[in-house]
Amino acid sequence: MSEAPHIELRGLTKTFGSGDAAFQALKGIDLTIQRGEFVAIMGPSGSGKSTLMNQLGCLDTPTSGTYHYEGIAVEQLNADQRSLLRRYALGFIFQGFNLLARTSAMENVELPLLYRGMSRQDRRVKAQAALTSVGLPTKLTSTPGELSGGQQQRVAIARAIVSQPSTLFADEPTGNLDSVTTHEIMELLIRLNVDRGITVLMVTHDDDVAACAKRCVVIKDGLIESDQVLKQQPSATV
Amino acid sequence: MLWNAFAIALREISRNMTRAFLTVLGIFIGVASIITMVTLGQGATEAVKSQISSLGSNLLTLRPGAGFGSRSSSAGVPHFTEKDAVALGDQIASIAAIAPVNTAALSTIYGHNARVSAVTGTTPIYFQINQWSLADGRFFTDLDLRSGSAVCVIGNTVRTELFGTDDPIGAKIRIGRASVEIIGLLATKGQSGMGDQDDTIIMPLSSLQRRLIGKISSNDISQISISAIEGSNSIQLIAEIAEIMRARRNLQSNQDNDFNVFDTRQIAETLGSTTRLMTMLLTAVAAVSLLVGGIGIMNIMLVSVSERTHEIGIRLAIGATAREVLLQFLVEAVTLSCIGGIVGILLALGLCFGLAQLIKIPFHFNPQINVIAFLFSAAVGVLFGYTPARRAARLNPIDALRHE
Repeated sequence: MSEAPHIELRGLTKTFGSGDAAFQALKGIDLTIQRGEFVAIMGPSGSGKSTLMNQLGCLDTPTSGTYHYEGIAVEQLNADQRSLLRRYALGFIFQGFNLLARTSAMENVELPLLYRGMSRQDRRVKAQAALTSVGLPTKLTSTPGELSGGQQQRVAIARAIVSQPSTLFADEPTGNLDSVTTHEIMELLIRLNVDRGITVLMVTHDDDVAACAKRCVVIKDGLIESDQVLKQQPSATV
Repeated sequence: MLWNAFAIALREISRNMTRAFLTVLGIFIGVASIITMVTLGQGATEAVKSQISSLGSNLLTLRPGAGFGSRSSSAGVPHFTEKDAVALGDQIASIAAIAPVNTAALSTIYGHNARVSAVTGTTPIYFQINQWSLADGRFFTDLDLRSGSAVCVIGNTVRTELFGTDDPIGAKIRIGRASVEIIGLLATKGQSGMGDQDDTIIMPLSSLQRRLIGKISSNDISQISISAIEGSNSIQLIAEIAEIMRARRNLQSNQDNDFNVFDTRQIAETLGSTTRLMTMLLTAVAAVSLLVGGIGIMNIMLVSVSERTHEIGIRLAIGATAREVLLQFLVEAVTLSCIGGIVGILLALGLCFGLAQLIKIPFHFNPQINVIAFLFSAAVGVLFGYTPARRAARLNPIDALRHE
């Protein structure tokens, strides 16, 4: 492992549109995240927290500034190289789950492994293990339409962790879920962070959900307003 | 990676059978319609061509009367004589062969079967002029002609009607008042624009005149069959014939021709250009249906763009490269297009084969049109399947994901 921090942002900006209609969503973010952290990114609507998350997850390209992931200058990578970085190091959980429709839970979870060129046999074993670890060992053949929101999010988490990423990005992972399911999902994320050492970055507007993290970064108007380490040991208190 | 893309593509196809079916259908309709129309059009052209050539090429028929339609009446118009035929043959260099012809509709009886047949009396050269060949037996000869023997050659329709499947050669049939021996069976020519050519009995002119019509004088004949030398100018030939015949029939310069020349070469040219026009028309119609099929494919592909853009976003987010996603879409489009194309070709060929039997035209397989139709539809399928995907794959993953 390199000595560089896990994630290091310097003066990161993102502008949407151009000319008079230009809107600067991120106005210069400096942020350093170490391996194994569980960071909640909070902020009001339109503060730029999701935009920041998309830059960190290499789903979008920043307008200016530098982003180093494990010492790699991400802003200099081309689209294919960013794809490979996502494939081998990053996992994603979205508010809207983003599972492939009409596709079984197994196949959804197998998908990242397919792009890694893994054999059918290995894919099956790993996908099944991932679905079991999120508590869905009996829903292998169910399609997203047949699953509840919480179950769909579990499938999405299984898909995110099946390739054993270093970093897990969760954009409002509980935004569409009720409080009981939210609690279960947060337990799962904490376990992934604590047991497997996966760095978790989570965008949320829910204080209770944010409280599950070890560190809380608050964004307002495209700038970091506060960045504090949370006192209590992480546990699902929601 | 290719195998991987293929596996993913097949899985995607099986996941959305409706979309796959509609895409295949669009290509299928385009391919099947253009192949069917062009193949049948060419079959029809072939049929017309072969019928015309069965009439005899370079064949001219000199008939009394001013022409077709209301002026065609030959009532009161003097018949030709055998001397007319001889004179024309002697005086015009571009006539290859000439035969006097007399026809009569006479009752023909064999056993219990009776019918009225067209009986043609002529000279042996007539078979050559009209390109008749034998299925069995022999033609009558100059000797038969001179002696006026009671022999005849029959067409296949007459044989079927009177003899069924029996061998007619050597049998004697009653034609009008006389008993006539069958010495030859003509090879079948089939239907033509002028009716059933096989419904004919051909016998020596002298025999017809003397034995059946009862005229001792063999001067009167109803028409003259002429074959021109290959490559001769038929307009000039017709003019020469007209000049000689006007002189022989003592027509004054203010009188119209009381005869006409029926030229199969001109008919052939007219029919040929008509069928060419028909084929072009059919091809145009087929091209339109191919276009419609193409638009169908395009619609299906475009309708599914936003759903597929979302899918592309998901795939990109979990680490697929744009190239891998595009390869998947390309394989999908090619697979669907090929299935549609192949099914279309198979159905079209089956349809053409059946229809060709039904409307009695030759089935003429044209590999060229199959290839063109297949390539065009495949191109449309691939173009409209691939292009939107390419646009989507170039987006940032997060922008592609926003399409719901």
